[in-house]
Amino acid sequence: MLTKRIIPCLDIHEKRVTKGVKFKNNVVLGDPVEMASRYYEEGCDELVFYDITASAERRPIDIEMVAEVAHAIRIPFAVGGGISTVSDMSRVLLAGAEKVSVNSLAVANPDIIAEGARAFGAQCIVLGMDPVAVEDTTTFPSGYEITTRGFRERTGMDALEWARKAVDLGAGEIVVNSVDADGTRAGFEIPLTKLIAENVPVPVVASGGAGNAQHLVEVFEQAHADAAIIAGMIHTGEFTIPQIKADLATAGVPIRKVW
Amino acid sequence: MIAIIDYRAGNLTSVRLACESLGLDAQITSDPAVIQTAQHVIFPGVGAAGAAMEHLRELELIDTLRAVVDSGTPFLGICLGTQIILGHSEEDGGIDTIGLLKGDVRQFRPSDPLVKVPQIGWNTVNQKHPHPIFDGIENESEFYFVHSFHPAPEEHGCILGETEYANVTFASVMGKNNLVATQFHPEKSGRIGLRLLKNFANWNGSSC
Repeated sequence: MLTKRIIPCLDIHEKRVTKGVKFKNNVVLGDPVEMASRYYEEGCDELVFYDITASAERRPIDIEMVAEVAHAIRIPFAVGGGISTVSDMSRVLLAGAEKVSVNSLAVANPDIIAEGARAFGAQCIVLGMDPVAVEDTTTFPSGYEITTRGFRERTGMDALEWARKAVDLGAGEIVVNSVDADGTRAGFEIPLTKLIAENVPVPVVASGGAGNAQHLVEVFEQAHADAAIIAGMIHTGEFTIPQIKADLATAGVPIRKVW
Repeated sequence: MIAIIDYRAGNLTSVRLACESLGLDAQITSDPAVIQTAQHVIFPGVGAAGAAMEHLRELELIDTLRAVVDSGTPFLGICLGTQIILGHSEEDGGIDTIGLLKGDVRQFRPSDPLVKVPQIGWNTVNQKHPHPIFDGIENESEFYFVHSFHPAPEEHGCILGETEYANVTFASVMGKNNLVATQFHPEKSGRIGLRLLKNFANWNGSSC
């Protein structure tokens, strides 16, 4: 049986893992390679790295770090932040990443999704999206608007419409990162995740709001997420991946048992 | 030396890194002479079958692959490499592929909209026959899969492991004589995947 994936997310700023709330007040947590190795040993299923300031500062991603991570772990990982061209993607993938994640720069230039999928296959191209709940359901039928550049800019784009378009262009997976839930550790935004998961044919990764194992059970069972991103709950040491997996197994969620 | 065949079908970095982490001497190559003198050959690949077959023809590697398999050299197919070892694929409108094993490659067509294609993630492998590549690997261990099509070999005897997805039980590990092939990615399947690669590197190609 295909298991649900638990994916620690490492936000990188100046070669260090940081964590903030809603992309603000970031504090330094540690070294990316050391943390990735620890989570790999503890049995995480995949990892994702976001160079959180690359896009805003309009600079390329830290390839050296990607290569070091690739040497250290033997599970797939995705890298995002500052990827705007096929050659950016190529550098990240050749350094050993399994997937690239595009977000703000795909909103500005959606063709990058199609170009990436043609060059490397759809399974390599992850669309990250940062939707925020809005009241105006005439302009935004899904009730969510896409934001970019670390929630700093509104786009006028409807979340579901963008998800569908990205899949048509060739995105092989979608990470739905709720602006409202991000960093709160109060649970995933279930209606948003469910809406996207039920309406696109590719796997959906829930992101934003994970605070305990019960939140993960909810997002897998109620919102049909295929995978979930966790960050603060393990970065602080409050929970460990084996604990979380044991709780998920008890709740009947299919997870990877042996690693 | 292990030759990792480069036929411009995806990124071979993680296959090389996995071999290196096991202390194996692995070389990424598309040179037929290097491939034919290697002690072990890995035939990986991601992407579309049509483009992969075109690249193999351009690089004149199809006869090399047949020669390597006929010579008894231990041979490991991975993911797309595994699929195009079979004779035909539904991908790209239906195309003939190498045909080292009889059978074809079919697309997942889930009836449930919540079952997603591609299958991405860790799924269990039910070991149907003992084989040296399974040494030390518990039955029903999980491996990492990324694929939209799956192998459907004609000879049931070559099915070494099976996996279930989208209401299909498919051959996730195939083997015949000195050839083994996995639909999943051992190089990205953590310690268990490394064990499978190590078993392959230690295998002399004789079937049990």
